[in-house]
Amino acid sequence: MSTHHPSHRQPALVGWVVLGGAAGTAVRLAAEAQLPRPADLPLPTLLVNLAGALVLGALLEGLARRGADAGRRRGVRLLVGTGFCGGLTTYSTLAVEVDLLLAGRPLAGVGYALVTVLLGLAAAAAGVAAAASWSRSTGARP
Amino acid sequence: MSAVVVLLTVLAGGLGAGARFVVDGALRARWRTSLPVATTVINTTGSFGLGLLVGLALAHASPGAEAAQVVLGTGFLGGYTTFSTASVEVVALLREGRRGAAGLHAATMLGGSALAAAAGLAVGTALG
Repeated sequence: MSTHHPSHRQPALVGWVVLGGAAGTAVRLAAEAQLPRPADLPLPTLLVNLAGALVLGALLEGLARRGADAGRRRGVRLLVGTGFCGGLTTYSTLAVEVDLLLAGRPLAGVGYALVTVLLGLAAAAAGVAAAASWSRSTGARP
Repeated sequence: MSAVVVLLTVLAGGLGAGARFVVDGALRARWRTSLPVATTVINTTGSFGLGLLVGLALAHASPGAEAAQVVLGTGFLGGYTTFSTASVEVVALLREGRRGAAGLHAATMLGGSALAAAAGLAVGTALG
């Protein structure tokens, strides 16, 4: 395969993203169908978004500490990170849910939006910290 | 939800993720910005699209419209937009000590996506 094309123009790499994205979408679809919506709040979207932010933070930090973004590491990043975590999480559903809540229950809409974004940052940061601590304890390169 | 709709939704989610990867790469190659605006563009355009689909489905309720909303909305646009990358990008800006940029990135992402989705909902409802 040509290596001087940027990665987004290499069909095999796009394929890893599509595969991971389909798997992430399947999990999100199952979560939206199975998880409860207490007080008609979009808990399923919140949970998949937080889970994806946590996993992506840990994955990118863990991979970066193991070496350059190439070969198998890049494949894992595209399949699990860009693909799975990106397909599992969604910003469009978050935005529409916020708007629909704002129309009837403004406080719930603002609360849902802020809680999602702030907990998302905490989850991503926790993932980064967990991967950093794991890498140190296993002696991986910093 | 029928098995066919589930299968098409999962497939569309994969294609949406692939589209995000290609659009992100193309935008990053063209725009050299200090803020990761490619993700903002992806999430706001995807939010407008989902608002449009939901608006159309609300105004024009039918089993076909509902299936289209699930496959194109939950599937394609759900896979196209991403919350995980948005969160990790803000954390990366914070780790670089760029608090203002981090706040700006998070705020434009949330505000821009909510406004775009509201515009989509309004257009979809008007067209429906």
